[in-house]
Amino acid sequence: MVWVNDVIQGILIGGLYALFACGLSLMFGVMKVVNLAHGDLAVVGGYIAVGVIAVTHIPVLWSFVIVVPLMALLGYVLQRTVIQAALDRSVLTTLLVTFGLSIVIENGLLQFVNANSHSLGVGNAIITSSFSIGSQITIAYLLLLIFVVAVVVLLGLQYFLSVSRYGRMIRAVADDKEAAQLSGIDYRHVFGIAAAIAFGTVALAGIAYGMTSQFAPSTGTDTILLFAFAAVVIGGLGSLWGTLLGGVILGVAQAIGAQINGSDELLAGYIVFLVVLVLRPQGLIARGAAS
Amino acid sequence: MSEPPNGARPENGTPLLEVRDLTVNHGQLRALDSISLQVFPGEVYAIIGANGAGKSTLLRTIAGLHRPTEGSILLDSTDVTKVRPERRAIRGITMVPEGRRLFPSLTVEENLQVGATYARKGPWTIERVYELFSWMRDRRGQRTAQLSGGEQQSVAISRALVANPRVLLLDELSLGLAPVVVQRIYAMLPQILATGLTVLLVEQDVSQALRVASHLQCLLEGRTTLEGTPSDVTPEQVEAAYFGLRSAPAGERGEPLWSG
Repeated sequence: MVWVNDVIQGILIGGLYALFACGLSLMFGVMKVVNLAHGDLAVVGGYIAVGVIAVTHIPVLWSFVIVVPLMALLGYVLQRTVIQAALDRSVLTTLLVTFGLSIVIENGLLQFVNANSHSLGVGNAIITSSFSIGSQITIAYLLLLIFVVAVVVLLGLQYFLSVSRYGRMIRAVADDKEAAQLSGIDYRHVFGIAAAIAFGTVALAGIAYGMTSQFAPSTGTDTILLFAFAAVVIGGLGSLWGTLLGGVILGVAQAIGAQINGSDELLAGYIVFLVVLVLRPQGLIARGAAS
Repeated sequence: MSEPPNGARPENGTPLLEVRDLTVNHGQLRALDSISLQVFPGEVYAIIGANGAGKSTLLRTIAGLHRPTEGSILLDSTDVTKVRPERRAIRGITMVPEGRRLFPSLTVEENLQVGATYARKGPWTIERVYELFSWMRDRRGQRTAQLSGGEQQSVAISRALVANPRVLLLDELSLGLAPVVVQRIYAMLPQILATGLTVLLVEQDVSQALRVASHLQCLLEGRTTLEGTPSDVTPEQVEAAYFGLRSAPAGERGEPLWSG
């Protein structure tokens, strides 16, 4: 039963990983940008939430209502300026630019906030409690909520991409941006929309992360970016469901690793990551056509 | 504006599309050297020439995908030389690019919907296209990779049509298609023209181009070597302009390039 509990905890935390990873996957799928600042942006989302809560006193659970649109706007603006300028030079330049962005964000946070850890205490008795199944399985409502939110976000994103007008434009631009231009589509605007979605989802992930653990300016590159990459690679680049699967596999591997030996938690996750990279480098679910 | 092929040009009217002294460089290479042309409403203007003559570059520059070094492009007397390609498309210059360039992860219908995203008002709708190509309705949910080359070309043309362009640019429709398929596609052209479209096309297949064109221009290494209506020019002239020969009687060069 201990193992069943590990698997359940792993699946739940995998939803959070998928939430981290889907924006990374989207930005790569649409504009071939590997956003090395992705993890730092999650942390920025967390810090903005801390600030917003301190100023407006809205409940922690509802902070996303302000933080997500703010981050989406930031995503659009960054994409249309810095990242697009890098893309106009070459795809490799975007690696340098997002790497630079990551350093700027991390040190900016150290400079203007501080190096102390923060977290987002939910402070809601129901949400912070848990329920038990049998004697060995305990499920925290908060983790369950985060998992459900992740699945809903991925479902919503999938639905948006496959049926909406903008979703269709995003897929068309991802296929062939020049051909899309010939149909009157400004691909730079579409890139901006995709970046806004990616930044919005990562902000949500950052808030969720802050509710479950402590974060500091370095958390973005130390932890979140690596987990997001691992989830994307295990699941398959460009596939939203692959991202969820990758997140869940990573989460389960970590939970089982931790059960074997407390210090093996991260190791187990990366071993799975490496095994997938060697045996199935395209990921478990190869790029689905609709995402 | 149903102008009979080989008929006189309405030289007194205003050209719908005009290119003035267009020069385009690809790095060190001069791809186009001072090309001018006037396309009048309802016309089928054909650009012919061998590989590397600059035909596709000319069309891509008119669509806005290349920036000219010199010269200007006018749509209905308005200078659009500095207008971005997507804005030109919205103003009514729509190109069917070389190699079709359909969106592979979209279905046939989604490809058409993308084409219609910023459509102008006009006679063409996705429904109308399905009437023209009846097979397309049954296969609208399929991905374009499952279609044959000729079917893909039909979808590419339809994707441009549903935008209701004023000028339709067709870049090498015949490329990579069997001759019988090419003929079938060109046979559709009169039905398309009947809706009032103006067409500027680039074609390596000279006989096909001469059959449909009301006016033509031949390019060689980025320069104009011949211009006129198909009835003005002789096969010998076309051959000389196409290959850059000063004078060469067709009979001495084996197979005539163009029969009829």
